Amino acid sequence: MNYQAVIGLEVHVQLKTDTKIFCGCSTQFGASPNSQTCPVCLGMPGALPVLNRKVVEFAIRAGLATNCRIAPRSVFARKNYFYPDLPKGYQISQFELPICQNGHLDIEVEGEATRIGITRIHMEEDAGKLVHSDIPGLGSGSGVDLNRACTPLLEIVSEPDIRSADEAVAYLKKLHQIVVYLGICDGNMEEGSFRCDANVSVMPVGSATFGTRTETKNVNSFRFVKQAIEYEIERQIELIEEGGKVVQETRLFDPNTGETRSMRGKEEAHDYRYFPDPDLVPLVISNDWVADVALSLPELPEARRSRYRSDLGLSDYDAEVLTATREMAEYFEACIAAGAPAKGAANWVMGEVTRALNEAGKGIGECPVTPERLTALLQLIEKGTISGKIAKTVFDEMWTSDKAPEAIVEEKGLVQVSDTGAIETIIDEIMAANMGQVEEFRGGKEKVFGFFVGQVMRASKGKANPAVVNELLMKKLKGE
Amino acid sequence: MKITKAEVDAVALLARLELTPGETETFTGQMDAILAYVEKLNELDTSGIIPTSHAVPVENAFRDDAVRPSIGVESALANAPDRVEGFFRVPKVIE
Repeated sequence: MNYQAVIGLEVHVQLKTDTKIFCGCSTQFGASPNSQTCPVCLGMPGALPVLNRKVVEFAIRAGLATNCRIAPRSVFARKNYFYPDLPKGYQISQFELPICQNGHLDIEVEGEATRIGITRIHMEEDAGKLVHSDIPGLGSGSGVDLNRACTPLLEIVSEPDIRSADEAVAYLKKLHQIVVYLGICDGNMEEGSFRCDANVSVMPVGSATFGTRTETKNVNSFRFVKQAIEYEIERQIELIEEGGKVVQETRLFDPNTGETRSMRGKEEAHDYRYFPDPDLVPLVISNDWVADVALSLPELPEARRSRYRSDLGLSDYDAEVLTATREMAEYFEACIAAGAPAKGAANWVMGEVTRALNEAGKGIGECPVTPERLTALLQLIEKGTISGKIAKTVFDEMWTSDKAPEAIVEEKGLVQVSDTGAIETIIDEIMAANMGQVEEFRGGKEKVFGFFVGQVMRASKGKANPAVVNELLMKKLKGE
Repeated sequence: MKITKAEVDAVALLARLELTPGETETFTGQMDAILAYVEKLNELDTSGIIPTSHAVPVENAFRDDAVRPSIGVESALANAPDRVEGFFRVPKVIE
């Protein structure tokens, strides 16, 4: 029998606020254990949570960027369970009335477009961190660090519209790019700022009812998501083929083996007994607030890509690469604004600039060559003052010297020689010194043309205008 | 009966309470009486009314995203029954 996988994803996005969702403690990563805590996030009796306005703004941004409806009224709820990383004995989350609902993202896998529904986005607080080793004197216990407790999260829940591991990865990558573009998440998957739980089931192709699903927790890289889902699909199909039944359960992905395994045992009857949190008043979001946030949204990658294609005439590939991060897109656009030719700027940003940044281990935000300077360089090429090849030398100099390209060209005498008289003199000398090759050329061996171009360029120290060289050389070799 | 002994046991487990059979018996009777009393409310037709989540008509209490000093590790751990190196120590939790 053939099977069809059905996948839904729950993504936890850690928001890039300075403080926690319900108290003023810092959210800075890497502080010493329990140094960023207060009565609210420690769960002391009587402490009152107060909502961070920025969290709401970020949630609205995420909702708008994923085509959600923003709820005019939403409510926080308590999700009750016991675990040592949860000081209050409940997590403040949203249940019946989440802030965003009914959105979607369009993804593309191998040229095929699919719309993935987004059921809901809600705000909640993170739990603390449990440490099981590497604490001197820990003995047989576990350590609890509550710095992360009360850190703001968005949980973004997709519809079960995803049909393969590749679609799941495409959806996640798109969502990741969006939240980073929006400036609401640092996107750091290793530190857990963007993590994913995958609900997977399989059913016979054409079936109207979904199979029993499993939930694989906390998969924290795109590659692991693909592995975990593929493993889970295969495991479930094999199980059914052998006459077994999939059990609804939580599973854990093991990156070392690429397999998922049951977390049974930890899982006692889940009964969260959600109820509205009486400590937090309802959240009412006016149309004006939503409109203000909408105005502040940056242009998203999809819109940018289509603009680069239609307005700037760039290829799909160029548009894709240039919009990969908001910083790169903004750098590129600053070049265009300064008057750079689109294709030239695209090639340089994707080529030399990216290469130099990678070598230096820097992000484009730290690029020592400003968009204005790069544009000046591109204009020197366009005007024929320097060749593209010399421009690379100038660029390397700009990278280290903080000088304008014009100054470097002048200082180093790199101005391109387009003067036909000067070039003709060089050509005559080269031909006189290589009469053998001249005869070969005239005898029909046109390949030696490249040899002459090389010789002339070398003699001019790379400064001769290649177009002029080609033209004059051809004339003279042919004896015209 | 509004509530059974089995339900009381389930709630006790969720709340991590250990009840003796006698206590389960007592609480089942008491909770049954409470639920029967509250049941009166179901006589009202509330079909057109938005569920009330809060008793006071207040909405939108916010704070700005500005860091305030934390209380420090010593204060944070002051009431901890057990601690190690700035961490709370709890019985081993298997991941």
